[in-house]
Amino acid sequence: MAQEKVHIEKELEPILREIPDPEIPVLSILDLGVVREASLDGKKASVKITPTYSGCPAMDVIGDDIVTALTQAGYEAQVDLILAPAWSTDWITPVGRKALEDYGIAPPMDASADKRALLGEEKLVKCPQCGSTNTHLVSQFGSTACKALFKCDDCQEPFDYFKCLI
Amino acid sequence: MSSKQEDSRFRENKIKYIYGIADNSLILGQRLGELTGHGPTLETDIALTNISLDLFGQVRSYFQYAAQVSEAEVTEDDLAFLRTEREYLNVLLVEQPNTDFAYSIGRQFLFDHFHFLLMTEMQNSKDETFVAIAKKCIKEVSYHKRFSSDWVKRLGDGTAESKEKMQTAIDDLWRFTDELFQTTEADEAMIEAGVGVDVKALKESYYKKVTAILEEATLEVPELKYFQKGGKKGIHTEHMGFILSEMQYMQRTYPGMKW
Repeated sequence: MAQEKVHIEKELEPILREIPDPEIPVLSILDLGVVREASLDGKKASVKITPTYSGCPAMDVIGDDIVTALTQAGYEAQVDLILAPAWSTDWITPVGRKALEDYGIAPPMDASADKRALLGEEKLVKCPQCGSTNTHLVSQFGSTACKALFKCDDCQEPFDYFKCLI
Repeated sequence: MSSKQEDSRFRENKIKYIYGIADNSLILGQRLGELTGHGPTLETDIALTNISLDLFGQVRSYFQYAAQVSEAEVTEDDLAFLRTEREYLNVLLVEQPNTDFAYSIGRQFLFDHFHFLLMTEMQNSKDETFVAIAKKCIKEVSYHKRFSSDWVKRLGDGTAESKEKMQTAIDDLWRFTDELFQTTEADEAMIEAGVGVDVKALKESYYKKVTAILEEATLEVPELKYFQKGGKKGIHTEHMGFILSEMQYMQRTYPGMKW
């Protein structure tokens, strides 16, 4: 997995780890991979975040949450939004992928498997409820921009699949 | 011209160039937003509004950049809400109404394939911000293109009624496609500077791709000699005024209002 080197100041890490994604609250913003840098100069903390999707409405909330958490911890916080490099689902950490699956969202597969699954060519997406791959795509767009809607043909439960974006 | 004048001319052209791209996403996003709660099924409703959200997100990136390039004190909101009709430089295609589902899909399909080619090429721009936006956009646009192409095939190769409706929409919207590949003075200046994309060069691959999908959808490819244009110069169809009056209503009624 292409995990880009991200510098997160050790002192700030536990604070940032406590901040959840507002739409998928089981996922820390660090495990989602949207925090691209967190540096410290004395008590001045500077954090750079990048959006998952351009129109992701959670970005403003994430920015505010970071400022609130860091301010409460006694830092002077500055949050900047950066566009490059563009976020990729490869940046979701193994811990994050596990959290997604436990929460009932199928984590993203690699790009070629994702394409075959979304084109309906192959049954590849695993149902997070019962583990069956006997599933089908209901809609390429789900409850948020980053998810597609699937249904399991074994346990009959609908579920979200986190779309691959690389 | 002094270098200062040249600088300011370059800036003006760049802002116009940004409008030319961003306004397409803005107006199409607004059109798709009209469908919130009105999609034919829940899934398509959500899909169309998801696409709208992606487009608005892209618009924010472009307008933040335009506001940065501009010497005037403007914000992204001013650019989105406080320009007059003639100052919007979107193509006519994106302002066409949601006559029925086939029209919404047809408009999306004809735009997405252009958008995809444009974003592919823009990744080679000499302008770092354009490259960053394009690299982000292209991932989203690939999903849009797949969605709209699938529906063109499904409706075209569907029942007699869905086929007829899809064909009518394509026949009617086809006259707006040529404008996608025309350039303005600002475009030419940006192309020359290695910043903008020469859309003229995308025309052939666009029609090739779109034609192949229409054929797969068992639809007729329209043959037209005369095309409509004007949007890129600010001369719009009558629909544009109605879109703006709705879109700008809040900012015009309560100036300076913030979310």
